[in-house]
Amino acid sequence: MSCTPAVAAPTYPSREKRQADLVAALAEILPFGSILFRKEDTVPYECDGLTAYRCSPMVVVLPETEVQVAATLELCHRMGAPIIARGAGTGLSGGALPHQWGVILSLAKFNKILKIDTAGCVAIVQCGVRNAAISEAAAPYGLYYAPDPSSQIACTIGGNVAENAGGIHCLKYGLTLHNVLRVRGFMVDGEPVEFGSQALDAAGLDLISVIVGSEGMLAVISEVTVKLIPKPRLARCIMASFGDIESAGAAVASVIARGIIPAGLELMDRAMTAAVDAFVHADYDLDAAAILLCESDGTPEEVAEEIARMEAVLSEAGASRIEVSRDEAQRLKFWSGRKNAFPASGGISPDYMCMDSTIPRKRLAQMLRAIEQMQGKYGLRCVNVFHAGDGNLHPLILFDAQVPDEMRRCELFGADILETSVRLGGTISGEHGVGVEKLNSMCVQFSPAERAQFLAVKRAFDPLELLNPGKVIPTLHRCAEYGKMHVHRGMLPFPDLPRF
Amino acid sequence: MDQHDPALERLIDRIHHARSQRAPVDIRGGGTKAFYGEPPRGEPLDTSGLAGISSYDPSELVVTARAGTALADLETALEERGQCLPFEPPRFSSGGTVGGMVAAGLSGPARANLGAVRDHVLGVTLLNGRGEVLTFGGQVTKNVAGYDVSRLIAGSLGILGVICEVSLKVLPVSPATRTLCFDWDEDRALEQLHTWGSQPLPLSASAWHEGELHVRLAGAAAAVSAACTQLGGTELAAEAATSQWLSLRDHTQQFFALGEAQLAGGERLWRLSVPATAARVKLPGRQLIEWHGAQRWWRTTAAAREVRGAAAQVGGHATMIRGVDKSDGVFTPVSDVLMRIHRGLKQAFDPACIFNPGRLYAEL
Ligand SMILES: Cc1cc2nc3c(=O)[nH]c(=O)nc-3n(C[C@H](O)[C@H](O)[C@H](O)COP(=O)(O)OP(=O)(O)OC[C@H]3O[C@@H](n4cnc5c(N)ncnc54)[C@H](O)[C@@H]3O)c2cc1C
Repeated sequence: MSCTPAVAAPTYPSREKRQADLVAALAEILPFGSILFRKEDTVPYECDGLTAYRCSPMVVVLPETEVQVAATLELCHRMGAPIIARGAGTGLSGGALPHQWGVILSLAKFNKILKIDTAGCVAIVQCGVRNAAISEAAAPYGLYYAPDPSSQIACTIGGNVAENAGGIHCLKYGLTLHNVLRVRGFMVDGEPVEFGSQALDAAGLDLISVIVGSEGMLAVISEVTVKLIPKPRLARCIMASFGDIESAGAAVASVIARGIIPAGLELMDRAMTAAVDAFVHADYDLDAAAILLCESDGTPEEVAEEIARMEAVLSEAGASRIEVSRDEAQRLKFWSGRKNAFPASGGISPDYMCMDSTIPRKRLAQMLRAIEQMQGKYGLRCVNVFHAGDGNLHPLILFDAQVPDEMRRCELFGADILETSVRLGGTISGEHGVGVEKLNSMCVQFSPAERAQFLAVKRAFDPLELLNPGKVIPTLHRCAEYGKMHVHRGMLPFPDLPRF
Repeated sequence: MDQHDPALERLIDRIHHARSQRAPVDIRGGGTKAFYGEPPRGEPLDTSGLAGISSYDPSELVVTARAGTALADLETALEERGQCLPFEPPRFSSGGTVGGMVAAGLSGPARANLGAVRDHVLGVTLLNGRGEVLTFGGQVTKNVAGYDVSRLIAGSLGILGVICEVSLKVLPVSPATRTLCFDWDEDRALEQLHTWGSQPLPLSASAWHEGELHVRLAGAAAAVSAACTQLGGTELAAEAATSQWLSLRDHTQQFFALGEAQLAGGERLWRLSVPATAARVKLPGRQLIEWHGAQRWWRTTAAAREVRGAAAQVGGHATMIRGVDKSDGVFTPVSDVLMRIHRGLKQAFDPACIFNPGRLYAEL
């Protein structure tokens, strides 16, 4: 698959000429070493975590100071060049996919932790700091940063803010949005800007709410102030086995219905536990059709009380086996499997596509059944591992891009999951963002007026639509085309044309 | 939400009319917060026709209610199922509505620990200035499809659209709640709060006023009782504590009572939102501190400039909550670049400028 659709087709004489002009102009404001434009140098930037989509960027820049970021933006704005901010490139929806006429603004060098304020329980960090590095730096003070995406050793806080990333702990401690106080950065024309504040709110409209989750389309983030929270004294994890996946789904709804908010509540099906166990030996019950990992944290008294309640609910819900972590080592072992689910999937299939929709918890069982049926319909396997407590599904569709037609069927399978999610009262993306991957599904979830409103919001920040253009908001034309294709579900016209 | 609901259709007609006449409307729920913000202008547009809880499923921890639903009715319905709005929205007088609560964006004592209104908004259906019915967000906690417009609406004071329906995240009521008192001066109280704040303790609210600090703990019974032992102090009887936190939430405490005479004498009530660890704010008058230092209420005759300066000096902002003379503006002005975005958003949602003009800032 290739590049993001151009919003308006540019009218440059040639790509080479345009590239030469941009590089020459950038060389006046940046050290030459931080400008990459030869094909061999820009290859690593051709895709993000959604590797099925690739595009060669015109130029990649790696500024080191805020002054350089501002100057780069100002110049690109003046020259009308699209700008795509990039953190670690672990995004799973193609948010950082290059634009063929655009500049990749890599923020990898903004990797300093500026301040850990233990009394105020906040950390001020540059946007390129890795998620896990914040918790590591706060650990000596008994504090940590709660949102913990599985990619936390690699992904950046800037990317987390741009995607409103979630993780295992978000059920109890909130998403990125709930843990960010202030974002500093730059508007598309290079003007410095600050959203939120060091207080709990800021004057005027709550703009930080739209900045978080804006997928690099409204502003470039350079610095983030996050909340740190005290590490709980104790955490213990239950592994509960179920004889069929539907009762596991129903058990999730029961736990929440009893007023328990676990520190984490994750589900994995048998295909997934088998793959993971071969990869990291997490001691999972491989006979179970599905397992739940259910964590309690707090004071020792609190945890003892809550674990007892959780065990009762889970056995009532039909758990065939319940094991509570004896100590920290075993607890981490339980989680190691969950955290390695994605790499483990790489071991059982040449390619996989990770979906990311959210549905009401009470629909989990129904949804899992629907996915089982879709496997037959599309002739592809799907394994499940997900943030069950939040109703956030991550079906991994397994395919082989080398086999003709598998990629296409995989995409149809994915779109079917997303549409079913919307029908069940959910949403097409829980935490990975829309990027380019879910542009079509946006047509299903939102009306033309709603999509027009999104576009108007974008223009309030970026009137010329130069920041990450073509992502997140599908054009009317595209939605009309998608609607037409739908009529012939399963029989796409022109299957080999790129669908953007 | 049913697009052909007669109450909704009436609102849409009103909007089309207002737009064609370029005649501003003053969006109203129960009118309990008419005092808040810049003075309302325009013909009242009443949302009370859109009332009632649309769906509530306690096991989903989500409730959806139409804008004109009485806040009191919503909270009663939640209480019956052992749940609550964790952000403790204030009720300044009876009759407040769900729409007004979201539009005002004000949160009560638990805000520092459990989050604000906007943190619990999951979805909003609103009418924009073209009279289009738009839904953003939804009924699930994790949702990143498109920009998070539903949360932007929280605290927008109606300048972007008419809120018709909202979905809110709710939580179970804490099994145990206890309140402790300490006789400490401001510095000691704040220092102690910050020390506690960096430990795993079930803090849920604090209030300091004239040498007395009240701290509320809420959570699992075992955790709360262990924390009470660790913190010390003297415990307030449960009933007295409940009514004290309610009166703080609703501003019915003595501290917030500004009579005619005091108002006429130029005294005003200000809300200073500052970093929790900010240095002591020095102004003439009396102070009450909440949110572990992050919200500092002042009753003062000081000039707006002086109050705003004091807040800005410690990295915060100040809002005039009650006062006769609003000529210096109610809200702290934002930077030029932010104002440009504000204008752009106003234009994006309400191009004819008919919704609550001037309620937030004069130029919007
Ligand atoms: C194995 C694996 C597991 C994952 N698990 C999770 C998970 O549990 N939860 C979850 O939420 N996600 C998960 N992800 C997805 C991904 O890690 C997150 O979306 C992450 O937040 C992306 O961060 P990044 O630094 O890699 O951003 P990138 O991929 O570089 O960029 C993502 C988007 O953010 C924008 N962006 C990046 N930096 C900035 C900036 N400074 N200013 C403005 N815009 C910017 C980009 O333009 C792009 O649109 C996973 C990914 C992988 C590969």
